[in-house]
Amino acid sequence: MIEIVRHLVIIFGLLFVLTTVSAGLIWLERRLLALWQDRYGPNRVGPFGLLQVAADMIKIFAKEDWIPPFADKPVFVIAPTIIMVATFLSFAVIPFTPGIEVVSLDIGLLFFLAMSSLGVYSVVLAGWSSDNKYSLLGGIRAAAQMLSYEVFMGLSLMGTVMLAGSFNIRDIVEAQRGLWFCIPQFFGMVVFFIAGVAETHRLPFDLPESENELVAGFHTEYSGIKFGMFFVGEYLGITLISALITALFFGGWLGPLLPPVVWFALKTFFFICLFILLRATYPRPRYDQLMAFGWKVMLPVALLNLVVTGGILLAKGA
Amino acid sequence: MVGIFYLSAVVAVLSTVLMLTRQHVVHALLYLIVSLLAVALVFFSLGAPFAAALEVIIYAGAIMVLFVFVVMMLNLGPGSGDPAGELRGFSQWIGPLLLAAVLLLELLYAVREMAVAPTGQGVIGPKAVGIALYGPYLLGVEMISFLLLAGLVGAYHLGRRGGGEE
Repeated sequence: MIEIVRHLVIIFGLLFVLTTVSAGLIWLERRLLALWQDRYGPNRVGPFGLLQVAADMIKIFAKEDWIPPFADKPVFVIAPTIIMVATFLSFAVIPFTPGIEVVSLDIGLLFFLAMSSLGVYSVVLAGWSSDNKYSLLGGIRAAAQMLSYEVFMGLSLMGTVMLAGSFNIRDIVEAQRGLWFCIPQFFGMVVFFIAGVAETHRLPFDLPESENELVAGFHTEYSGIKFGMFFVGEYLGITLISALITALFFGGWLGPLLPPVVWFALKTFFFICLFILLRATYPRPRYDQLMAFGWKVMLPVALLNLVVTGGILLAKGA
Repeated sequence: MVGIFYLSAVVAVLSTVLMLTRQHVVHALLYLIVSLLAVALVFFSLGAPFAAALEVIIYAGAIMVLFVFVVMMLNLGPGSGDPAGELRGFSQWIGPLLLAAVLLLELLYAVREMAVAPTGQGVIGPKAVGIALYGPYLLGVEMISFLLLAGLVGAYHLGRRGGGEE
């Protein structure tokens, strides 16, 4: 009985914390971008503009939830929920600390890859069901981009799986007691990070929604809470990729002095800021450049990393 | 786990039937995705989590996205006519029904004779699958990699432009 209550507390606690964090990230991103671009950003509502998030939420909830008459209604409604559900489910296999974990799956990493591949549907179906050519173009771009980057996202993680000898993320963290995998798996980490940016379609890889050519891409027709779900879903995705980089390459909760949960939060926070810095730094590539970069640079690097890691492990006789 | 097995099996069958009867291509594809996810759950409940994960990653997550992608590229919207229009007549169904009936009889026979493997024999982890694939089934894996290579070369040939433009 106490076990069940403990699990329920963890699950609902995580849902609450993650939703709050990703909503807070909207404020953080605007403030950080402003800082890096020498302006103020939102600073009127509450201390440091912190209540901006609350104001935005009230606005989004109170806005008319409009479905365009030409849209395919059932698909239009399902699409934004898919990204929220898929991303939240991915968090189930991440061990935040030795005690805070929803489920310890032997196929944890594969589960994450499966959920992230299902997340593609959200964007693709949103683009299709809107029945608007800009949305459709955004959806098509998203399908091709996320499908391509998924390939080497999976490949880049296999190096860590080989080193740890397990798909279970908890075992992977435990295997980093001596040395964080960011050193032996440096190329794997770089490929995973770039693929993660493409999977969450964040700048510089936000071609599915590039506003100066496609209005707002796949979510052009969305407003109110449905748009809010896409918006929060994007920040959930950033949190997810940052948490995974932390767990897979930077030793997860491991660290001296501070309690495990603080280490995990600190490392994750660092990578979230890196995501935002990327947005402030890089311009958007052309679409063919994006695809060429993926298949001609990232895929060979991921494969080479895999071969070299396998070769070294074989030579060591592990 | 037995309850989950039957539940997801029912969902799989139902969504497959719905997939076949949809007039709309994308709705049919969505039901097919649900069906594949249900099959993944069937695998999981039978103690094969690795197969379940691959089912979701490869079938539901990659191949079906390509299907949806093609439908979007061809813009098969609601006005594109009835894709299954020619399959409405009963005479079209006689052949498939006969074949399906044979399968059903086989299934009933197998269940009656208790020739089916019992469920819940423990969980087959990723490591066991890998050892099996690169042990007794090595030849099959190599053959499939040949097949994939042939497909890759064929796709490259078909996709190549005629002139010297590159």
